[in-house]
Amino acid sequence: MSPLKDNSIFSWTYELVADTLGGPEWLAYGLGALAVIMVVVNGFLLIGTIFTWMERKVVGRFQSRVGPNRVGPFGILQAVADAVKLLFQEDIVPRRADRLLFNAAPIVMLAPSLLALAVIPFGAGSYVADLNIGVLYVVAMSGIASLAVLIAGYASGNKLALLGSMRAVAMLLSYEIPLVMALLGITILAGSMSMVDIIAAQSVPFVLVSPLGALIFLIAMSAELNRPPFDVTEAESELVAGYLTEYSGMKFGVFYLAEFSNVVLAGALFAILFLDGWEWAILPSHLWFLIKVFGFLFVASWVRATLPRMRIDQILTFAWKYLFPLSLVNVLALAVETIAWPDPSGLQLWIMVAINWAIAAAAIPLLSLVVHLGEPARAGRRIPLSEEVF
Amino acid sequence: MTTAVSGSDLAEVLGQRLFHSVTNSDAGAAWVTPEALLDVCRFLHDDRAQAYDLLSSVTAVDYVEFFDVVYHLTSIARNAATVLKVRLYGRDAPTVASVTSVWAGADLQEREIYDLLGVTFTGHPNLKRMLTWEGFQGHPLRRDYLEPPLPYTWPHGG
Amino acid sequence: MHTQPVIVNIGPHHPSTHGVFRMRLTMDGENILDVEPVIGYLHRGSEKLAEERHYTQVITLTDRMDYVASMTNNQAYVLSCEQLTGITPPDRGMYLRVIAAELQRVVSHLVATGFFLQDLGAFATPLMYAMRERERVLDLFEMLCGARITVSYMRIGGVFQDAPGEFWPALRRILDEFPAFIDELEDLISDNEIVLSRTQGVSVITGADAVNASITGPVLRASGVSWDLRKAAPYDVYDRVSFDVPLGEHGDNYDRYIIRIREIRESLKIVEQCVAQIEPGPVRATTAMLFRPPVGESYVPIEAPKGELGFYLVSDGSIAPYRMHARAPSLINLTLLKQMLVGWKLSDAIVSFGSIDVNMGEVDR
Repeated sequence: MSPLKDNSIFSWTYELVADTLGGPEWLAYGLGALAVIMVVVNGFLLIGTIFTWMERKVVGRFQSRVGPNRVGPFGILQAVADAVKLLFQEDIVPRRADRLLFNAAPIVMLAPSLLALAVIPFGAGSYVADLNIGVLYVVAMSGIASLAVLIAGYASGNKLALLGSMRAVAMLLSYEIPLVMALLGITILAGSMSMVDIIAAQSVPFVLVSPLGALIFLIAMSAELNRPPFDVTEAESELVAGYLTEYSGMKFGVFYLAEFSNVVLAGALFAILFLDGWEWAILPSHLWFLIKVFGFLFVASWVRATLPRMRIDQILTFAWKYLFPLSLVNVLALAVETIAWPDPSGLQLWIMVAINWAIAAAAIPLLSLVVHLGEPARAGRRIPLSEEVF
Repeated sequence: MTTAVSGSDLAEVLGQRLFHSVTNSDAGAAWVTPEALLDVCRFLHDDRAQAYDLLSSVTAVDYVEFFDVVYHLTSIARNAATVLKVRLYGRDAPTVASVTSVWAGADLQEREIYDLLGVTFTGHPNLKRMLTWEGFQGHPLRRDYLEPPLPYTWPHGG
Repeated sequence: MHTQPVIVNIGPHHPSTHGVFRMRLTMDGENILDVEPVIGYLHRGSEKLAEERHYTQVITLTDRMDYVASMTNNQAYVLSCEQLTGITPPDRGMYLRVIAAELQRVVSHLVATGFFLQDLGAFATPLMYAMRERERVLDLFEMLCGARITVSYMRIGGVFQDAPGEFWPALRRILDEFPAFIDELEDLISDNEIVLSRTQGVSVITGADAVNASITGPVLRASGVSWDLRKAAPYDVYDRVSFDVPLGEHGDNYDRYIIRIREIRESLKIVEQCVAQIEPGPVRATTAMLFRPPVGESYVPIEAPKGELGFYLVSDGSIAPYRMHARAPSLINLTLLKQMLVGWKLSDAIVSFGSIDVNMGEVDR
């Protein structure tokens, strides 16, 4: 109850209803809370929508195309046009589908990413709740998305969709572990799971203090988000659209939006946990935060435009044999350092930066000597030219 | 340049090893009997002096009174090519041995001939219709094939 | 754990079956136990149609067989017709044919590489790069004959018309800029860790198996067999140009990819030499529109981008071929598909199929 009292949107609505209009207190409280939800959810989905446009534009540029440029200035309204198209599209439920689960899956997909918003601070003092287990809460919420994928794939009654969702479960479960380990390192460093405390603890951004953690987070997160090179669940060239194959109309739209919103959520998490949230601002804190988020989103689009897809067994090998040991090294190093300096000063943090970068620089090449994806790749194999044969 | 081994030369070679296998030959090709085909092919493939290791093409021609199944053989080692033919009389069930056991490359081509010209290849591992569908009637590349008058429907097709 | 094999149809409507190919896969989870290719969805009966058209009209039918390599289809057909009739085209015509055919090989290999990477899951970037450059070559075709895909450029006894004045500077620019583009594409792909680990050692075909299964073209050469009809049986003016034949060592997907990249470079070398050697003159021998070749038959195999392409023509002395058969490399290269795919995963199946580079227009004809 109490955190809402600090929220400016809430208190403005509360005062408007209770004091100016003289409404009852329960109504004022309810409307105030609704106003907060309205702003946060719609603002978030708007950013997700902008990201769909941005990714198409960025990837277009990477591919020496223009990208969307017909609807509105620079094609910015493309997402709106797409949404309208999806709304008018026929909503097909396959005959062999499990109707209830089929309809429930998009909701199960979108809801957790909206719920996770509750603990994300979008700027100085702008958050719905400062849970003391914020990081754990976000991880728990993002774990539900894999359930939605499984439901969608199973309920579609389509073999390709089923294959996609089986892949998804195997992959998401595997990557949850390095992801959580990376976040564990951050928690050890900050001594708290609260997002606000973590931001406050970053007198040096954690991307510098825990480079391994940041790398593991980036990789594991792109697997969690089904983004290349880990997009085996959708795998356009193999499974048509994976678990999305049978979805049409706005159900597909909700999946699509949830997927992109999850990327925005991941960007927000990365900005908070590794880039010091809204701090070091030279612009208004909300804007500064958004810039950091969009930096992450740009990198995500960049990776998507560049890398081919890995095979499912390679992905699992990568998670268990490579990322998992690496994350153990990361946690171990951070734990030892935290025992040495329980409450690190600025200088001590910089010493940790040096140590952790050295560990990262040593651990990654060492591990890559041991672990191979399939047969050892022979980079730079060149083809001999035959002589004039005849 | 690929040496084009003429049919008469091929017939001479075959006549020395496999008696009575050749029925006819001219500059372009040598005709062998359907019964001897498999032995001839195995000889041409395995013999070191012949070494026709690449079966370029198998096809068939409908000459109304008979079918000619045409084998274009190539030897990569010798860089030589030749043409072998089998003449099959009768329109009802022209049958010849499959050469898939000698050249795996004949697999899809023989299926195509079976489908479009109705020549049966005994010993083929998977002799099914390929370009048309199961249930198609007739063999469209035969000279006497006529499309059924419209409107018509095929089983399993339009 | 008790598992049950499941049958999955990949195609005929599928993003990466390159048209309307259908693979009936029996799978145990992700692993492939059995493959049955099902084709015929694009069968248009070209061979039957050819029996009712006179020889020149058939050229347009050949365009529509392998529609990403129409020039080489034209070339194979007109060469076969020329052998049947004994016509020899003038030098300039033959040079123009070779220039067009080699540009077509460049285009075809670009498309093959682009879609191969697309099958690997690269989000269209290599494909877009390849398509961008392909457009420029298609512009050249447009200058030559007014069409971009279904070109019908070649004629029995030469080519349709001489190249216009603006063709040569445009060709010069492409020849100058293409090597840099190929380098760019290779920078993006060739040493990419994911590409290496996905393609090396996957779906290996040994040279002996490939020859036995009549596999030809880049797929055969990737298995280390030196067999290129441009060298073995030079047609047109290939005996007057020098070029190398790239060979693979392992016969895996990676070799099939890199061979194509190397062949693009060799093709550019050939075009370069043709441009230097070509001299003014007529481009087409005079032939009658409705000529009647003597009774006989002909088969001239050429090295099309996908393998050995030849048209077997039987003439009964009339104005139309008595029988035309296209020896389609796309179809015959599929012979070993089962051997290539069984034991690999679904993802590999798609990639290996892409590495063969088939064109459904040619498979089904």
